[in-house]
Amino acid sequence: MSISLFYFIAFLSIFFSLLVIFSKNPVHSVLYLIITFFTFTIHYILLNAQFLAIVNFIVYMGAIMVLFLFVLMLLNLNKESEPAKSNLLKIAGVVAGMCLLVTLVGSMKVLDTSNPVVLQNQNLGLVKNLGKVLFSEFLLPFEVSSILLLSAMVGAVLLAKKEPKLYK
Amino acid sequence: MELAFVIEKFVLITVIFSLSLVVAMYSTLAERKIAAFLQDRIGPNRAGPGGMFQPLADGAKMFFKEEIIPADSSKFLFIAGPSLAILTACIGSAVIPWGQNILIAGRTVSLQVTDINVGILYIFGVVSLGVYGVMIGGWASNNKFSLMGAIRAASQNISYEIPMGLSIIALLLVTGTLSLKEITEQQHGWHWNILYQPLGFILFLVCSFAETNRTPFDLPECETELVGGYHTEYSSMKLGFFLFAEYINMFISSAVMATLYFGGYNYPGMDWVNNAMGPLWGPLIGMVVLFAKIFAFIFFFMWVRWTVPRFRYDQLMNLGWKVLIPLAIANIVITGVWITIYDKL
Repeated sequence: MSISLFYFIAFLSIFFSLLVIFSKNPVHSVLYLIITFFTFTIHYILLNAQFLAIVNFIVYMGAIMVLFLFVLMLLNLNKESEPAKSNLLKIAGVVAGMCLLVTLVGSMKVLDTSNPVVLQNQNLGLVKNLGKVLFSEFLLPFEVSSILLLSAMVGAVLLAKKEPKLYK
Repeated sequence: MELAFVIEKFVLITVIFSLSLVVAMYSTLAERKIAAFLQDRIGPNRAGPGGMFQPLADGAKMFFKEEIIPADSSKFLFIAGPSLAILTACIGSAVIPWGQNILIAGRTVSLQVTDINVGILYIFGVVSLGVYGVMIGGWASNNKFSLMGAIRAASQNISYEIPMGLSIIALLLVTGTLSLKEITEQQHGWHWNILYQPLGFILFLVCSFAETNRTPFDLPECETELVGGYHTEYSSMKLGFFLFAEYINMFISSAVMATLYFGGYNYPGMDWVNNAMGPLWGPLIGMVVLFAKIFAFIFFFMWVRWTVPRFRYDQLMNLGWKVLIPLAIANIVITGVWITIYDKL
């Protein structure tokens, strides 16, 4: 039952992520992306990673996608006002996409899928275990990534801040 | 999963669902009665004794109104907006513990739909999802005023989610668990979290006003500037769903505040009453106590609505980012230091 559920949810994820790319209206794209993230949340729950599931739910669905939708609504893009993209940009997009595809396929090949790693602890995804692991075994990567996030935040504020006026 | 378990949960969900709908329905009447009381008027009193059937009359009117869908709007999203609003309002009640376990015919029944170990975060997630209904509805209306209301709702919710989350973090430092059931049980016998987290509670209260779009934070539907805000184009029961969702949200956030900070179903002298009344009626009295706390909060929501005027938009943003977030971070630091010192003693 769990396997068939997984295949069904995986099908939904792929289906909605394709709709993200193929829908003409940017707001519809974002809404499909939200549904895609929701299917990811279900995947995490199937993997018994409850904390990751709910964090994915809050951060991606509840915060980041709200901001995406907010910006799109603020710009109010539609077919008439959509900026025309130059051919150079299109070529650059295709090249970048192909590079990503090659990288993904390469990493998939390196990954030994026929020989999966079996988790020692089934309840690793629960809050208590995750917290313990994060603050003991993976303390350094955890702190480094938090510093990375902090610097990104400071950088964003700096970019958004207006230039100080030269005259008084 | 045995059949009795499924039936038990099904009955519980149905009861909670209808209870929250009835509470939301009569909150509309209570709101008008309290407004009348605060403004020295009588309020609605024609339909039934003391206006008791007013919500039914309102509901019937909503159902029979003409349904108008704007010509150039996206029809599916226009209908999805209010549906999402009411859906996200209703699913929040799943993790709230409504009472202690009761014993019916030798079977222990938990008065909580599910005790997941990320209970608070689940509530938080549902709250953060609530804004989609407003945003999608406002955008699909294809109207400048609705769009402005939707954009305001989005930025307001994002801004006030942050201090809300930070005040919950301080609470988690005190309780050490994310399960709402365990948090309620820890508050047994006057160990109410309000005593340990007074500042956190005030922050949470202010943020829950903003998250439910209640005055003084009802800028998404500010009628002096935006006609009706995000629901300008809505008529009939779709408008009713938006209004209803607001009252259900108010009910759920009152329940969350009562559970997190005011002891949930705990009350002084509880053990004595439970011994005297037995394992069926004792927990039900606890449930009544929880509902009394919830109604007190709902009254507070309405009292504030008719007392405090609406904020200006820049004031709202300043309050959120420059007052509440620093206070919430200070609260976390103070709580952390206090717990460390307390543990060392």
